[in-house]
Amino acid sequence: MHELSIANSVVELCAERAMGARVLSVTLEIGRLSAVMPEAIRFCFDVCAKDTVVEGAALEIVETPGRARCLDCGGGVAMTDLLDRCECGSVNLELLAGSELKIKQMEVV
Amino acid sequence: MCTTCGCAKGAGTVMTDPETGERIEMPAKGESGAAREPGSWRKLAAGPGVGSVAAHLHARAHQHGHAHAHAHGGHEHVHHHDMDVPEADATLAEHHPHTEHAPTTEAAISAATHGTTIALEQDVLAKNQSIAERNRGWLASRRITALNLVSSPGAGKTTLLERTIRDLHDLHDTQPIQVIEGDQATLNDAERIRATGCRVVQINTGTGCHLDAGMVSRALEQLDPPPHSWLMIENVGNLVCPALFDLGEQAKVVILSVTEGEDKPLKYPHMFRASRLMLLNKIDLLPHLRFDVERCIAYARQVNPAIEVLQVSAETGAGMEAWYAWLQATALAEVGETVR
Repeated sequence: MHELSIANSVVELCAERAMGARVLSVTLEIGRLSAVMPEAIRFCFDVCAKDTVVEGAALEIVETPGRARCLDCGGGVAMTDLLDRCECGSVNLELLAGSELKIKQMEVV
Repeated sequence: MCTTCGCAKGAGTVMTDPETGERIEMPAKGESGAAREPGSWRKLAAGPGVGSVAAHLHARAHQHGHAHAHAHGGHEHVHHHDMDVPEADATLAEHHPHTEHAPTTEAAISAATHGTTIALEQDVLAKNQSIAERNRGWLASRRITALNLVSSPGAGKTTLLERTIRDLHDLHDTQPIQVIEGDQATLNDAERIRATGCRVVQINTGTGCHLDAGMVSRALEQLDPPPHSWLMIENVGNLVCPALFDLGEQAKVVILSVTEGEDKPLKYPHMFRASRLMLLNKIDLLPHLRFDVERCIAYARQVNPAIEVLQVSAETGAGMEAWYAWLQATALAEVGETVR
């Protein structure tokens, strides 16, 4: 389960940037096509945060929708998963959004 | 806690060099692969020099040495002191006598519960990515072509490597191959590779489900592959997690055996999307199976229109010439790219 190591990275990065301050909340951006399950991240986050300045922090997850451009007809495609096709039938798509895996911000005291 | 997988204890990553018998533990490493300094962030929660009001509240609570509710991280909760690190508490109490710092007003408590927002906009995998880029640069400077071999367990990665190493060795005119083996446990695969006369380092990830760039970086140090060679990185058998972790390879090669379902590319689209080549392995078994090769390839192209496909049998050697030609072409393209 890669979510556990990803949650650990989030905790590690936040703790580093917090410079010893206590972290109250963390906002993550997770794209719908990122292969990362928000629920699994939630489950792991508290475990990883234990005994760090991130312990007890609230975790907010913003899920961003998938979006692509069709390389055949040039049309925009809303992607709910990687198997979606363009209306023109093409699977030749350039992903524009939805694969994000980012720490947007955190709140510290 | 094991930082690769988060398991409770003791199951960290271990690297073994079967040639020397050297066994190197990789403890206290983050996903980034960067070693944590002594007294680093995990201790900062209660360490000296903590400047926040909440921390002072915390310190005061520790000095009192009993469990009670206090303002902490923007919410009220009961804190059990016996779960804290005693040395850190002692240091804190020394450095921050509560008479100096203990907040006495509601304003101070309010300050503790309304924090400062820090915009980070930081890619979670950025650290892995930067180590991967470092690996890639190092490999390119030595004209080493590195491939990340991924598949589900049992698709035939190791058998494919054994045959590739032996065949290319017999062809004489090719550059040497070195191998990094990734498995949760055992040295079995490394021993098999070593039996071919090839230099190999085994990484055991414990309960971890994938290799990361930091592990490969340390394995490269140990392996020290010569210039103008191939580096084959056999990832942990898993079609999910390794898709997300760049190791610094030139390309991912996904191996799918015909004993698996032909719809694997649809079920695990991330991996097939991330791969440059799909090797359809064990084709010698096709007469005994209901496996529609054309449909499988169509599924793979549905998730990755650019994916190249070769049909091979590492057991009988069928189709392997095309794989060797692909390897040569990839190595040449790599040199071309470096020169340009």
